[in-house]
Amino acid sequence: MSRLPNKNKDSGMTRRGFLIAMTAVGVSFGFPRTSWSAMDPATEGGALLPDNGSLYEPSLWYSIDAKGKIKVNIIRAEMGQHVGTSIARILADELEANWDDVEIVHVDSNKKWGLMVTGGSWSVSQSWSVYRQAGAAGRTALLEAAAKKWAVPVGKCHASNGKVICGNKEISYGDLIAAGVNRQFTEAELKALPLKPNDDLKLVGKQVTSLDISNKTTGKTVFGIDAKIDGMVYAAPILPPTRYGSTVTAMDDSAAKAVKGYQQTLVLEDPSQTVPGWLVVIADSYYAAHKAAALVKVSWQAGAAANVSEVDIINHGRELLKDSSKGAILDTGDVNTEPVFSQAASTIEYEYLTSTVLHAQMEPLNALVFQNEDGIWEIHSGCQWQSLTTSVLAAALGVAEDNILIRAYMLGGGFGRRLNGDYTVPAALVSKALGGKPVKLVFTRAQDLQFDSPRSASVQQLKMAFNADKTVIAMEHHATAGWPTEVMIPVFMPKGVNGQSFDPFSIAGADHWYSVGAQKVRAVSNDLANASFRPGWLRSVGPGWTNWALESFMDEAAHHAGKDPLAFRLALLTAQGRNAGSGPIASGGAARQAAVLQKAAEMIGWGTALPEGSGMGIASTFGQERDMPTWVAVAAQVRVDKSTGLVHVEKLQVVVDAGIIVDPNGAQAQCQGAALWGLSMALYEGTELVNGKFKDSNFDSYTPLRIGQTPAINVEFIVSPYAPSGLGEPAVTPVAPAIANAIYQAIGVRLRKIPMTANDVKAALTKA
Amino acid sequence: MAKFILNGKPVAADVDGETPLLWVIRDELDMTGTKFGCGIGTCGACTVHVGGRATRSCVTPISAVEGASITTIEGLSETGAHPLQISWQKHQVPQCGYCQSGQIMQAAALLKDIPQPTDAEIDAVMSGNLCRCMTYVRIREAIHEAADSMKEASHVKIA
Repeated sequence: MSRLPNKNKDSGMTRRGFLIAMTAVGVSFGFPRTSWSAMDPATEGGALLPDNGSLYEPSLWYSIDAKGKIKVNIIRAEMGQHVGTSIARILADELEANWDDVEIVHVDSNKKWGLMVTGGSWSVSQSWSVYRQAGAAGRTALLEAAAKKWAVPVGKCHASNGKVICGNKEISYGDLIAAGVNRQFTEAELKALPLKPNDDLKLVGKQVTSLDISNKTTGKTVFGIDAKIDGMVYAAPILPPTRYGSTVTAMDDSAAKAVKGYQQTLVLEDPSQTVPGWLVVIADSYYAAHKAAALVKVSWQAGAAANVSEVDIINHGRELLKDSSKGAILDTGDVNTEPVFSQAASTIEYEYLTSTVLHAQMEPLNALVFQNEDGIWEIHSGCQWQSLTTSVLAAALGVAEDNILIRAYMLGGGFGRRLNGDYTVPAALVSKALGGKPVKLVFTRAQDLQFDSPRSASVQQLKMAFNADKTVIAMEHHATAGWPTEVMIPVFMPKGVNGQSFDPFSIAGADHWYSVGAQKVRAVSNDLANASFRPGWLRSVGPGWTNWALESFMDEAAHHAGKDPLAFRLALLTAQGRNAGSGPIASGGAARQAAVLQKAAEMIGWGTALPEGSGMGIASTFGQERDMPTWVAVAAQVRVDKSTGLVHVEKLQVVVDAGIIVDPNGAQAQCQGAALWGLSMALYEGTELVNGKFKDSNFDSYTPLRIGQTPAINVEFIVSPYAPSGLGEPAVTPVAPAIANAIYQAIGVRLRKIPMTANDVKAALTKA
Repeated sequence: MAKFILNGKPVAADVDGETPLLWVIRDELDMTGTKFGCGIGTCGACTVHVGGRATRSCVTPISAVEGASITTIEGLSETGAHPLQISWQKHQVPQCGYCQSGQIMQAAALLKDIPQPTDAEIDAVMSGNLCRCMTYVRIREAIHEAADSMKEASHVKIA
């Protein structure tokens, strides 16, 4: 359902045939000598990438040189998921390469790479078949070259560990490359290439040390904030009172002039309307720029959001949901629920809320921008969606997209914040105003949070209809929030069965795999949210909050039906009809969800009696998207202190079926981090819009999970023959409802808003 | 002119006395392993050692460390082989890696004070260091392992 349109087609990762040709050694990236390249630290030990004579480029995606060194080009951003290592493992396995010969390169935003976006937990899942074919093509060409050299049938040769072996002769890939290899595969030939049986994979699924780890322990990794170029000036922004619609009415920088190193203050003119009402202070150093900025006096005519707060967004959402003509209805089979509800023996209906959530990635937003000798605008900054960001920069700078190049850097956290590249715009505008001079703009933490594109607050209303014996006969899920996709890239919105467009990243998850009879899922855009701040994609996107409502509601439904929450769910996960699943990734369908849920329940000891004030809760989801499901279940054990309202999460048992696991250690790390991110949003994170600004401005009051709040966590993977799905986000999604369900079991109160604070617990106890 | 010892070498920087140590290290002296996270001492990404003590460099004015000996992640070990760096690699602790210089510097100070910390002691000392990727489980494991390897090494020396 929620695949990005053309997200494979435009990426260049299609099977258009395959060209193998000798090429000159590429100065592929052309980094100016005076700046620091982000590519080098991606290699083990920080070594410079080799320049070893003739290069063999079986595809755009990798190259082999005459020493047998293999460089794999990675178009995905590295932000902690070790994505380059996973993709390179897939390729190297099929190529029969020696892993020690493999290096990874994070490429710049050159058009030849096609659509560059890192999100949705798509990277490994989408790369799987493409990189395997690319590897098979290279292996085949090398086998043929060796067979030709010794005039033996190619069938008598095999490849292993970076060598081709034909009978008692063997030759390294490097030596074959040195002698020259040329080969072209047609589309049909490429499709017909034999892939290794999954059982013969040697690198996929085996332990590996990710290539980016070493430098991250010695301080050598170069992040965007570390970018430096000779002659650059430092810039500190001054943000207006609202995200949109503010205009500067007066500016006085006389006090700032006393700051040593102060140069000037610019009122930005932004044709892209990304940063309306902004000023930027320029100085010789970061400290001088920000010190001076604090002394500049500015008056604004504020935008309309100056009168909008969180409660207005929520109440507006409720009004929108009341109007049944609003929003898109998703294709969930039989959507005609009204007649079923009207004849139901009983119904339940509950509302669930989520607060605004900030990304608060550790590396504050920043960008270094200049115009290079060729007239190209170089953007040095960590970025998750180069293609989208380039188009915004083109509008801001008034140049064609071809004149913009985004250089790859390591990301000090992405989590979706760096999908929206708006933070590169002010530095670009300043550089343009200064004639292309290098400008380094670093946000303070407070500015980073104020300028965040947060996960919007949401309102969800769920209904279920039962017949006389409490069998489920119909269900509805109505959800509204600010829609990032509508605001930033509306062409990516599909249409519902009623012809209305919707943001797939603001409803996915509600279109679940439970068989509930007639099912209506309605997604409504909260236009007041969209106008008051810029909603963003945040790790786990829609499923991170739709499942909060859905899996809390399934527990409430089980209690209404008088059934055990585990048994109630399993009875609905029948894997029939559209919930049977199809295709290489989704086959198995709801039966796989049932399996992870059952396993998590076993691991926590579901049904075991716990002391007074303690409880267990379960929840399960399909991760991000119906056509790329990652089946996840979480069982949580909590202890609630009734006097303080504090919830202690004692244990999280996480079970994941993501198909074939490419990098087991990385997969474990991603699921641990994702589950803890889910815990953080369940109990500790959440801000609110107050008169157009987010209430929290730093980590003194915005309080993500700390080490002392981290429970025992155990992640198990189901051994699975299916093609890989994604791992970066899915384990976020079932955690909050599992905790809410555990709190209910512990103390008998139902919390329907996240974060679930100690005050919420106490208030609910008082009411109960 | 601010003067101090950075990773064993005398350095000088022409900056205002109130300039935070963090920006002097990063922008004037080009040691970028120490990171900016919050600017108010609440996240720990900027942690360095001043006279061997873990210190938040983002809230430490350069005038306060005149003549002091300062160690950053780049100077923790000449070869990058401090027991914590080795255990951090073995356990593949870093994800995005941005906070890890601060985590390792804080952990190094912890192990000087408490060579064999319990989980509770680790939690208490490391709670000032935020990790947004939530690598906390592996941070605990890696600190324990480094503590054990340092203990073994000291036994070898005694023998």
